[in-house]
Amino acid sequence: MKLAESITAGAKSALAKNLLPDETGHFGVYGGRYVAETLMPAIIELDEAYRSICLKANFQAELARLLKDYAGRPTPLFRAARLTKSLGGATIYLKREDLAHTGAHKINNTLGQALLARWMGKSKVIAETGAGQHGVATATAAALFGMECKVFMGREDIARQAPNVQRMKLLGAEVVQVDSGTGTLKDAMNEALRYWVGAVRDTFYIIGSVAGPHPYPAMVRDFQRVIGDEAREQILEAEGSFPGMLIACVGGGSNAMGLFYPFLDLPVEMVGVEAAGHGIKTGKHAVTLGAGSVGVLHGSKSYVLQDECGQIKEAHSVSAGLDYPGVGPEHAWLKDTGRVRYESIKDDQALSAFQMLCSLEGIIPALESSHAVAQAIIEAVRRPPTDIIIVNLSGRGDKDLGIVSEFLPNGN
Amino acid sequence: MSRIAEVFRKLRQNGEKALVGFVTAGDPSVPESIEIIKEMCRSGLDVLELGVPFSDPTADGPVIQRSSGRAIQAGVTMSSVLGMVEKIREFSTVPIVLFSYYNPILAYGAAEFYRDSVRVGADGVLVVDLPPEESDELTDEWGSDLDFIRLVAPTTPVQRMAKIASRATGFIYLVSMTGVTGSGGLDVSAIERVAADLKASCNGLPVCIGFGISTPEQAARLCPIADGVVIGSAFERIMETCPGSGAAAQVAELVSSMKKAMAGAAIG
Repeated sequence: MKLAESITAGAKSALAKNLLPDETGHFGVYGGRYVAETLMPAIIELDEAYRSICLKANFQAELARLLKDYAGRPTPLFRAARLTKSLGGATIYLKREDLAHTGAHKINNTLGQALLARWMGKSKVIAETGAGQHGVATATAAALFGMECKVFMGREDIARQAPNVQRMKLLGAEVVQVDSGTGTLKDAMNEALRYWVGAVRDTFYIIGSVAGPHPYPAMVRDFQRVIGDEAREQILEAEGSFPGMLIACVGGGSNAMGLFYPFLDLPVEMVGVEAAGHGIKTGKHAVTLGAGSVGVLHGSKSYVLQDECGQIKEAHSVSAGLDYPGVGPEHAWLKDTGRVRYESIKDDQALSAFQMLCSLEGIIPALESSHAVAQAIIEAVRRPPTDIIIVNLSGRGDKDLGIVSEFLPNGN
Repeated sequence: MSRIAEVFRKLRQNGEKALVGFVTAGDPSVPESIEIIKEMCRSGLDVLELGVPFSDPTADGPVIQRSSGRAIQAGVTMSSVLGMVEKIREFSTVPIVLFSYYNPILAYGAAEFYRDSVRVGADGVLVVDLPPEESDELTDEWGSDLDFIRLVAPTTPVQRMAKIASRATGFIYLVSMTGVTGSGGLDVSAIERVAADLKASCNGLPVCIGFGISTPEQAARLCPIADGVVIGSAFERIMETCPGSGAAAQVAELVSSMKKAMAGAAIG
């Protein structure tokens, strides 16, 4: 218990040192609230509700109970011994968010936001989704609380993530197909925002990543930091020391912020992994931080993929959850300050890592998480076994079997 | 006095209300778009809102989304929009408000945008996703040659209305409904109450009502509570269904009938 107490104290001091965003939702020049006036009062109301309600002991106790008894937390921190041995480098641990209820870290955030919605007296929720994991997690929380739920999903993503579409429908959500643009996550978020403009008086928008207008980037991070808080405690118990490195994939960036945030005050190297698709040079990629520039998309200022006239470009990744031309503003800040290093992994590298984890550890990772695993493989071989790397295994890969079998027709 | 203020002063003097027309710049092409605008001006348009196309227009309904998409397809950029203003100035003194999302302005450069807008003869700017909380970063180094049109919505609390109005110039754009542009279900009595609150807190700045107004009858009904009415999707719908040279004539006809209905309402 002493350990847990010291960790709580550590996390508190980390919070004190990282008092971002500021009052108006900025991380340096990033973040903010770039939305139409119709939504501003709702966003201000949400910010006030978030600050007051989420600090209440009753709220925290209720959320803690749900995370434990319903979502299955804490998720294990697993030492990937065979993967480690086969690489002959640093010791790799996997934070098993794939074992959380609904199969990904997304449930941490949707339970938090749905609970907040209930405290605010809102009975309808909406969400955007790419891979469908956030949609499923929102539909799940809505079912649990008896709320009406609409999930906006691009045409292309509906086609490539069919199992999750079916899950959402079974959970009682209405899946709204979005045909505009490329029919992916960006377009789903556009449509969710448009719907919200019309329904803002009685509808709570559960954003799935550390993106969107303030307070979403901070709020989603705070609901996801449970990943890092647990990992901090677990690695001390397992190894008696902190890890040398943390690795997580970054689309919008919620699983990465969740893991990184509680470690920001420690001398721990952090690597965020973007999806390089077919390769940055081909233009078919989602390397927003690595190859994008500063712009405003979906309510906040951050890096975006755009042309020289400020038109947003299409992203590309084999993984629907990373197929997004924006990124959370706190990541932009962490990139500029140099606190986090951002790398990118191509489709084929992610698929190789996917196979490796399947065969060596008996774990089928999500294609999103496979990008983090691929980066861990690169980092591990350069380091001695005494170095510890924690990889956030943000989700399970069952949803991706259709895509994987297209690329790996023999199943190997 | 700015060109926008001057137009509203004259209209007020004559007991008239302003017809503000929104057109996506360069839809379906720059020359056709200019031709349409020319006809609108001839038919009595009071203020032109020239829409800068954007790839992700989250406050717009399907009609303006598509028109924005067509303009981008046609290669329209911020530079070509400013070029259009210059061309319009060759035949008209109609006040021109550049209606944009923030990102195309950010990409162009805040200072460059101000300098070039003023140079080509634009009179105002409305940035749909830039609330007062964030707008200083854009306007900090601007002079006073460009009016900054701000939005008030039916969801805006009264106190906030006053705050927004105190930072607005030119006119205030009152969004008629909680919804995106071109939505149906305009509720005139609901917007009457919001307009009354806004009028009480805007220090005499003209108020124009827009979003979801498509018929002359609707425009006329709003005249008693506003200084002007904004029509957008209704024009874009014509351009979509009537491509080619017929669009300009039909758009002009709608401008005339709107003006006529509004004149009747303002007198009555």
